[in-house]
Amino acid sequence: MKINNNLKIITGRVWKFGDNVDTDIIVPSQYLALSDLNEIKKHAFEPLMSNFAGQVRNGDIIIAGKNFGSGSSREQAAEVIKALGVRVVIAESFSRIFLRNAINNGLWAIENRLDVNTGETITIDLVEFSLKGSFGLISLPRFPPLIMDIVNNGGLIPYMRKKNNNE
Amino acid sequence: MNNKKMTLSEIILTEKFGSPVKSGDYIELPVDHVMIHDLFAPNVIVKFQEMGFERVWNKDKVAIIFDHLIPASENHHPDLHHQALKFAEKQGITKIHKADGICHQVMVESGYLKPGDLVLGTDSHTCTYGALGVFATGVGYTEMAAILGTGKIWLKVPETLAFNLKGKLPAGVFAKDIILKIISDLKSSANYKSMEFIGESVKTLLVSERLTMSNMTVEAGAKVGLFPADSIAINYLKSHGIFSSISNNPEAQYLDVFDYNLSNLTPQIACPNQVENVVAVTELEGTLIDQAFLGSCTNGRLDDLKIAAKLLVGKKTKARLIVTPASRRVFIEAVKLGIIDILLKAGAIVTFPACGLCSGISGGLIADGEVMIASNNRNFLGRMGSKNSQTFLGSPATVIASAIRGKITDPRTFINKKQLLLRPNSKTATAYEKI
Repeated sequence: MKINNNLKIITGRVWKFGDNVDTDIIVPSQYLALSDLNEIKKHAFEPLMSNFAGQVRNGDIIIAGKNFGSGSSREQAAEVIKALGVRVVIAESFSRIFLRNAINNGLWAIENRLDVNTGETITIDLVEFSLKGSFGLISLPRFPPLIMDIVNNGGLIPYMRKKNNNE
Repeated sequence: MNNKKMTLSEIILTEKFGSPVKSGDYIELPVDHVMIHDLFAPNVIVKFQEMGFERVWNKDKVAIIFDHLIPASENHHPDLHHQALKFAEKQGITKIHKADGICHQVMVESGYLKPGDLVLGTDSHTCTYGALGVFATGVGYTEMAAILGTGKIWLKVPETLAFNLKGKLPAGVFAKDIILKIISDLKSSANYKSMEFIGESVKTLLVSERLTMSNMTVEAGAKVGLFPADSIAINYLKSHGIFSSISNNPEAQYLDVFDYNLSNLTPQIACPNQVENVVAVTELEGTLIDQAFLGSCTNGRLDDLKIAAKLLVGKKTKARLIVTPASRRVFIEAVKLGIIDILLKAGAIVTFPACGLCSGISGGLIADGEVMIASNNRNFLGRMGSKNSQTFLGSPATVIASAIRGKITDPRTFINKKQLLLRPNSKTATAYEKI
């Protein structure tokens, strides 16, 4: 699946999760030593729901409660979400390591409490930082310039590569 | 350059940054040391190359520790070790630990850390080093690759919550119970923040106990969990060749201060499947268990094994008991002291020092319908076996008391001889303080 990082307005279906979705749930430990992300992503969210990977579509948006991505530092949690075509996760709060991993992989992790259900369609504007859905039009919090720069570059790898090339 | 109201986090980060910082600032800082474990080493190497780096910024400030896949339980696991060793050789990295124990215990034992350092590791429990006044936290592998290349990281200076510890722990109640109680009160509200332990009782807590507490601050979401490096820490550090200290600021201005009177604390237990689901052990007494686990970077140190041996001497456990010492040094010392002999005769399965069961990869996974009580830091759904199993978390004493009875048991039940469950003090802890 080709992920288009340049798309600034994304309309997608909602996948709704509750509080405290930890990284052991997003990527169970037994798959961590696999080197192929395409293998690992098949097991995303497996303890909570079977075949999330088979059902999620490019452009879908994950909406969660408090403390999304808590627990282990495993970066595969952010990587598989992006590899499955999800470019935005909106949660009431994120665990700090997951938040950094999301930024470093060019995955937007935005804090907001949203009252929506799985299957609804919402639209996010990553230039205006606004969100449209059954709840109306709301504005979202922005990151400081450094972080915006990293995510807009598609993550820390392209960001660093660019920096290294300029030096 | 220190402002009078600075917290320990702000003092350390100000020193690193070179001018005063305050919570909320985004700053780029030089890193003092990094820790990379086997599970993510290959990912770090790939990202490092993809970023266009060739040399690590300082080969002497990088430790590579094999612990998650030791001994290997699948035949592709050693491939990860070979990749790490090849990289280390190319870069001239010599701080390599191929089978010395769990990364956090090895980092602490090896004298790689000093108070006031900024340390990052590819493991969420890197915050353990806060017990020695080290500003240490976990990062992902991409972040680690960038640090290896540049020697720097950006950080948001955290707000600080202070935990004012008063009173004295009653017999049968331990550091694990303090931190479980704190996590239960906080839920995840320490997210992005620094937790700092202050108050008159800090000086009663040994380094092993502080390590247990700092280790679990991440379960409340914290970035770091800091103790001052006072005389107790200084003694420990000295025996590892480190001569350095750092103090709390009595004038510090915290976001919030929470008072805990340790004298009133009882044994605590975290229920499935969240660490914050904490109740008093008395509420669950009698719940049948299949397995007990003593080990991990939270509670697999010599002081923890000593508590187990005191409880188990001359007894057999009803539940299956897995014991995993936190490091090779701990294991050797426990053998010398006769602790392992007691554990083996009580029926324990003693495994080689590594992450083992706690990482969910091998070392005693539990089946559908099974119930476990464990001394580690996480009881997430399916983490240590089947998603249809249940894991409770408690202190080493609660784990062992429960193993003996085959059901969840308040360790105070076993206080028939007073000395039995007294916490290690500076005299009985001598052996540990040396390693």
